[in-house]
Amino acid sequence: MTATETPTRRITTAKAMAEAIGLEMRADPDVFVMGEDVGAYGGIFGSTTDLFAEFGADRVIDTPISETGFIGAGIGAAVEGLRPVVELMFVDFYGVCMDQISNHMAKIHYESGGAVKVPMVLMAATGAGYSDAAQHSQCLWGTFAHLPGMKVVVPSNPYDAKGLMASAIRDDNPVIFLFHKGAQGLVWMEKNPRSIAHVPEEAFTVPIGEAAIAREGSDVTIVTLSLSVQHSLDVAEELEGEGISVEIVDLRSLVPLDRQTVLDSVAKTGKLLVVDEDYKSFGLTGEIAAIVAETDPTMLKKPVKRLAVPDVPIPYARSLEYGILPTRERIAAAVKDLMA
Amino acid sequence: MNPMNRLELYTEMVRIRQYESRILQEYHGDKAPAWDIGAGLIPGEMHLSAGQEPAAVGVCAHLKKGDAITAPHRPHHFALAHGVDMNAMTAEIYGRTTGLCKGKGGHMHLFDPENHFSCSGIIAQGYPVACGQALAMKRRGTDNVAIAVAGEGAANQGAFHESLNLAAVWNLPVVFVIEDNDWAISVPRSDSTATTSNADRAAGYGIPGVRVENNDVEAVFEAAGAAVDRARAGEGPSLIEVHTLRLWGHFEGDAQAYRTDLETVDERDPIPRYAQALLASGDLVEEQVQQIAEAADAEVDAAIQFSLNSPIPAAEDALLHVFA
Ligand SMILES: Cc1ncc(C[n+]2csc(CCOP(=O)(O)OP(=O)(O)O)c2C)c(N)n1
Ligand SMILES: [Mg+2]
Repeated sequence: MTATETPTRRITTAKAMAEAIGLEMRADPDVFVMGEDVGAYGGIFGSTTDLFAEFGADRVIDTPISETGFIGAGIGAAVEGLRPVVELMFVDFYGVCMDQISNHMAKIHYESGGAVKVPMVLMAATGAGYSDAAQHSQCLWGTFAHLPGMKVVVPSNPYDAKGLMASAIRDDNPVIFLFHKGAQGLVWMEKNPRSIAHVPEEAFTVPIGEAAIAREGSDVTIVTLSLSVQHSLDVAEELEGEGISVEIVDLRSLVPLDRQTVLDSVAKTGKLLVVDEDYKSFGLTGEIAAIVAETDPTMLKKPVKRLAVPDVPIPYARSLEYGILPTRERIAAAVKDLMA
Repeated sequence: MNPMNRLELYTEMVRIRQYESRILQEYHGDKAPAWDIGAGLIPGEMHLSAGQEPAAVGVCAHLKKGDAITAPHRPHHFALAHGVDMNAMTAEIYGRTTGLCKGKGGHMHLFDPENHFSCSGIIAQGYPVACGQALAMKRRGTDNVAIAVAGEGAANQGAFHESLNLAAVWNLPVVFVIEDNDWAISVPRSDSTATTSNADRAAGYGIPGVRVENNDVEAVFEAAGAAVDRARAGEGPSLIEVHTLRLWGHFEGDAQAYRTDLETVDERDPIPRYAQALLASGDLVEEQVQQIAEAADAEVDAAIQFSLNSPIPAAEDALLHVFA
C-alpha cells in the first residue's frame, strides 16, 4: 500500500511508535507509559520520543530498574481498567521479569474464566547486528509466541509500527510489541532506508493478526518478519535482475498468526524459505514449516528451507556475529538454492 | 587489613583512567560513519568507568589470589584493579581470538576464571553469582571473599535484595559494593530510590553497611578493609556504597542532554584532586605525576598493539563453545 501513496511525510519507525502512543494518549486518558528512560530521554530506542514534553511525568513515568515491579504494576493497572504501555528496554531482560509476563499478564484472563481483562502493551527492543553481544541482541519472539495468552506483534516498517501500536493499545488483551533496533531508523545505528517511510499523520490502525504481502512474486515465497523483511526486500530487488521472482510475506504478528496468507503464497510459488533472526530450533521457522506440512505438503516443489540463528547465543565480534545472522547474502543464497 | 599505600592507590587510579581515556579515543577514533554504534574496531555499546576509579581501587587493594569479583556492565576499572590481564581484556574488547573470551563476550561479558572475575550486562544479576562464589569458598574452607559490584540503579532490582538476604542468612563472605554515580542512564537516583543511603538497606538485612561520601579512595580503602577482614574471618557479609562520579556518558555516544550536573563534573574528578592531596602531603612529587601517567600509557599502548596484531575470529567459530 505504501507504494501507491505519495511520500509526503517520512518518519522513522521509532517516531511512528511514539506518534501512535501519543495519539492514543490524547484520545484516552487511561493510556499511560512507563519504563526505564522513557521520560526526558524518550526511550533508548526512541519509542517514546517527545511524549514526556507533552504529557509530563504523571503519564510518562521513568521507573526504577525494577522490571518485575513495574511490569507487574502495569498488569495491576490494566486489571483496574487503565491501558498501560510498558517498555522493557531490551527483550533480553525478560529473564528478570518473566514471571509477571508469563504467569500473570498472559494467564490472568484465562485463569479467571474470562472475568478479568489485561489491556496492556509490553514493548521491547530486539535484534542483533551491531555487536551488542549475547545479552543485548536476541529476538526471542518465538518464546513469547510459544507461551499462550499474549498477542505478539512484530512490525517491520514505520507504517505498520504506527498502526499496530494503535491496535495494540486498543486491544483488550496483553500485547507484546517487539521492535527491531535495526529497523527503528535510529540516528546512531546502521539502518535500512526502509526504516524511514511515509506515515499518515492522523491515527489509523493496522489489524493484529493479518500478514502483509510485502512484495508479490511467483517463484519463491519468503515468510519472515521484522528487520528480515527489509533484508528480504533488498534481496528480492536484486534477484529480480537475475530473473527470480520472490514473494515476501511479512507476518507482522506471530500471535495470532495469519496462516492463510502463508498457505496461499506457498500454494502459488511451491517454494518456501522461512527467514527468522530468532533461534532456529523450536521456533518460528519450524512452526511455519509445520503449518505447510500439516495442510498439504504436496504444495511444495522443494523441501522447505529455514534460515535462522543456529542455536548459539549471539557472539560479540563482528566476524562471529555476522557468521550466524540471516544476512542478505544468506537469504539470497537460500533463495538460489531453492531455484536450483 | 593491608596497610594503605597512597602512591599505589594513586598509581592504580591513573592506570585505569589512562586505559579508559585511550579506549574512549580508540572507540570513536575509526568509527565510520561516526554515528554508527556498530562500526569501527571496537563496535557495540561501551560503558566507561572514568570517575569511578576510587571504588575499584579502594576495594581491590584488599584482595588476594582466589578472591572473586562480579562486576556489572561498566566493568573495566574493577577488572584492571583486580589484576585481569590488560592484553587479554583489551583483545576481548577488540573482539580478537586472543581475548579473554576469544571475541565471544565483548566488553560487558568479560570472564577471567584465573582471577575469578566476571561481569554481566543484566543489571544486578552479578549479585547472586557472587553469593554462590562465596558459598563455594565457605564450603571449601578458604578465607577468600567475593565482591559483588553494581550501580545504585541496580539496588532497586530484586536480585540485589534477595542476595543481601541470602548472604546474611547463610553468613557468606561477600562484600556488596554499590557505586552510586547519581545516575542510572538518564534517571537520577532521587527519582528511583526510596532511601538516600543503601547502608540503610543493609541494616534491613541485618548486615553492616557504610556509605562513603565524596568519592574518596582512602575512605573506600578503610571501609573495604573492614568489610573484607570481616568476611575473611567468617563473620559474614557487608555492604559499602561509594558516592562516586560518572565523568562521561552512560555509554559512548550518550549526549547527556538530561544531565543537570555537568558543570561541576570536572571539579569533582577524583584523580586531580587526589594528586593535589598527595602532592601536598608529600606522598607524591611533581615529576612522578607525569612518570606515572606515562608508564600507564605505555602499558595501555602495548595492550592495544597486542589487540590490533591479534587475529579476528573466523566466522564458523561462532558455533563453538555452546557446550563444554
Ligand atoms: C535487568 C536490566 N534492566 C535494564 C538494563 C538496561 N540498563 C543498562 S545500564 C542501566 C543503568 C544502570 O544504572 P546503575 O546501576 O546506576 O549503573 P551505572 O550505569 O550508573 O554505572 C540500565 C537501566 C539492563 N542492562 N538490565
Ligand atoms: Mg548509576
